[in-house]
Amino acid sequence: MPTPHGTGATTVASSSTEAALAASALVRAFGGRRAVNGVSLTLGVGDCLALFGPNGAGKTTLLRLLGGLLKPSSGNTLLYGHAMPGEAETRRLVGLISHFAMLYPALTVRENVRFAAECQGVVDADGATTRVLTRLRVLERADQPVRALSRGLQQRVSIARALVHGPRLVLLDEPYTGLDDVGARALTEALQEIQADGAILVLVTHHLHEGLALATEAAIMLEGRFMHTERAGPTGFHVATYQEQYRRLVSEGTA
Amino acid sequence: MTVPHRAPAFLADAWRIARKDLLIEFRTRSAFLAAAVFAVLAVVIFRFTWDPTAIPAIDLAPGVLWVIFTFSGLLGLNRSFGLELAERAYDGLLASQVSREAIFAGKVLANLVFVAAVQALALPAVALFFDLSVGPGWWAVVGIVLLASLGLSAVGTLFAAIAANTKLAELLLPMMTLPFFVPLVIPAAQASALVMRGQPLDDGMAWLKVLLAFDLVFVSACLAVFPFTIEE
Amino acid sequence: MSVSSTAPRPVALPSAKGFDAWLALALVACVAASVRAIWFTPVDAMLGAAQKIFYVHVPAAIIGLYLACGLLFVSSIMYLWIKDERLDRMAESAAEVGLVFMGIVLITGPVWARTSWGTWWVWEARITSTLFLWLLVLGYLVLRGGVESPENRARLSAVMGTLAALLVPFIHLTVKLFRGMHPEPVVLAPEKPKMPPEMLSTFGLSMGAFLLLFIALLRLRYRWAAVRDARAALEAA
Repeated sequence: MPTPHGTGATTVASSSTEAALAASALVRAFGGRRAVNGVSLTLGVGDCLALFGPNGAGKTTLLRLLGGLLKPSSGNTLLYGHAMPGEAETRRLVGLISHFAMLYPALTVRENVRFAAECQGVVDADGATTRVLTRLRVLERADQPVRALSRGLQQRVSIARALVHGPRLVLLDEPYTGLDDVGARALTEALQEIQADGAILVLVTHHLHEGLALATEAAIMLEGRFMHTERAGPTGFHVATYQEQYRRLVSEGTA
Repeated sequence: MTVPHRAPAFLADAWRIARKDLLIEFRTRSAFLAAAVFAVLAVVIFRFTWDPTAIPAIDLAPGVLWVIFTFSGLLGLNRSFGLELAERAYDGLLASQVSREAIFAGKVLANLVFVAAVQALALPAVALFFDLSVGPGWWAVVGIVLLASLGLSAVGTLFAAIAANTKLAELLLPMMTLPFFVPLVIPAAQASALVMRGQPLDDGMAWLKVLLAFDLVFVSACLAVFPFTIEE
Repeated sequence: MSVSSTAPRPVALPSAKGFDAWLALALVACVAASVRAIWFTPVDAMLGAAQKIFYVHVPAAIIGLYLACGLLFVSSIMYLWIKDERLDRMAESAAEVGLVFMGIVLITGPVWARTSWGTWWVWEARITSTLFLWLLVLGYLVLRGGVESPENRARLSAVMGTLAALLVPFIHLTVKLFRGMHPEPVVLAPEKPKMPPEMLSTFGLSMGAFLLLFIALLRLRYRWAAVRDARAALEAA
C-alpha cells in the first residue's frame, strides 16, 4: 500500500473484498479550523484500524464522524451501504467505547447494560445483558452499583454496554487510558473476541504496543490528515520500527 | 453475534429514559433532599419575616408556594443533564437508535415528576405552617400546580440541555430560565390565590388560559428545537 | 451545510479604526434633536419640563423594544434555518445595542415617573414587560458569553432567541392582566388628545436621530464581530 506524504487524501484500503465501512474525503471544520481535513478509508469485516497521532490531530473527531455523532462538513461515510449519520437501523450497528465510562454510577451493572440494550431496541434485553456480562466476566458483579467497582471493572462494564446490542462497528477512543496492565490485557482479549466475531474496530490510542497488537491497519494522523498508513504483514507490525516511524513523522509534522 | 432488534418507539423510549432518571434520583436523592430542605426552609423563613397582623396568611401563602416551586424546580433541572454528562453517558444515548425527541420527552417527564413531588411536599407544608383551611377547592390548586409544572419542566429541560454545554451551567440556568417562568408563576400564583381564598375557579379562568396556552406553545416549541441543542 | 464550514479565506481584515460617517451623522442628529427639544419646543402645560424626557424615552423604547428585539428574534429563527454566521452576528449585535436602548428606557422611565406620578417605580404592565425583556436579553448575552466554540454559541443562542420570540407575547399578556396606569401611546392614536405640532415635529426629529444612532451602533458592533470572527479564523488556520 503506497503511502503518499502530505498531498491530498491518503487512503486506508482494506484488502477484503467487501467494504463494510467506507469513508470518502471526510472534512469536519469547527469554526475556521478543520479538525478532520480530507480523510478516506475503507475497512472490511474483521479489520481493525489503529489510529495514532498527537493530541489535536483530529482522531477523536474522525471517530465521532465515523460513529455518526458528528456530521461531516463535506464527504460521506457508508456503513454496510447505509449513510452515516443514519436512521435507527444504522445507528444500532455502532458501538462506542471511550476512556469515559459512559455509565450511570448510581445504577447497577445490570441496569446500565440493560438500559443500553433497550435503547438500542434489543428484543431480549435481559438475555442479551446476561450473555454480554458473562462474556466479559462481570456477571457476578451484576447487581452492584457501578460506582462501587474498580476502574478496570468499570471499563469492562462499559465495553459490555457498547457490545450488548451486537454492533458491527466498534469505535474506541483511548480505551487504555487509566487501565493497569491486567486491565489492559483483559481489554485486548475482549477486543480480539469482537474482532473474531467479524466486527470492524477503529481504535484511537496513544499506546502503540496495544494498538499494533490488534491492528490489521495502522494510520498516523497529523493535523486532520492521514500522514502514513500501513497494513499489517503476516506477522503483524514490527513495533520498534513503527515507533521510530511515528516519532519521525510527528516531529516533522509539528516542526 | 446477531441480536434481534425492534424499531424505536417514541413513548416507550421516553418512558424508559424518565424511569432511568427517576431511579437515579431515587438512589442518590441528591436533588430531592436539597429541594425538600429548601422548601421547608423557605416556609420557615417567610413565616419569621411575616407580620400576621399586617398581611393575612392567605395573601402571603401563594407567593411562598410559588417561590418554592420556581427555585426547587431549578435544583432538579440542573441535575437532569449533569447526570448524563458526568461520565458522558449522554454520548451513548445520542449514538443509540432513540430519537432526540424521545430523549427530550423522557427528561421532561422525569423533571415533571420531580417538580410535582416537591410541590406535593411544599403544598401541605405551606397549608400547615400558615394555618390555612384546606377545602375541596384545593384540588384546583393541584391542577394548577400540574399545569405550571409541565411548562416549567419543558422550558427548564430545554435550557438545562443548553446550559450543560456551557461553563458555569448552574449559574447560567436561572439567568436564562427565570424570565421564561414569569408567564407561568404569575398566572399560577394569581389563580391559586383565588382558589385558596375560596373564590370559584371561574374568576381565575383568564389565568388558567394563559397557563394552558403556555404549556401548549412551549411543550411543542421546545420539542421542536431540542435537537438543535445537540452538536452534530 | 453551514457557511462556517468553508475554509477560512485569507480576507483582509476590515479596518475598525478611523472616521465613521454613520456614527458622526447620528451624533450630530442627536445634538440637533436635543437642542430643539430643550430650547425650541414649548414646555408642556401640565407635565412641565419633565415631559421633555418623552423625546428620549419613547424613541428609545420603540427602537430598543421593537426594532432591536425584532431583529434579534428574526435573526435567531433564521439562523436555525439556514445556519449563516452573519445572522448570528446580527443577532449578537442587535441584542447588545438593544440592551443599551432598553437600558435608556428603564432609566428615563423612573425619572419621569418620579416627577409626574410621585414614585420612582410602579409595577405597571408596560414597565414590567420592558424590565422582563431587558432581563431576557441580558440572559441571552450571558449565555453567549458562556459558550466557547463559535459554532455552538451561534446554535445555542439561536435556540434561546427563537424561544424568546415566543415568550414575549406571553409576558405581555401576563403583565397586561394586571391593570396598567402607563399613558397609552399618544403619538399615533388619532382619537386621543393630540400633541401640539411643535412637539410632534421635535418627536419626529428625535425619533430619526435615535434611529440613526441605532443603525450606526449596530453597524459598528456588527463589523467588530466580523473582525473578531475573521481574526479567530485566521488564528485557527
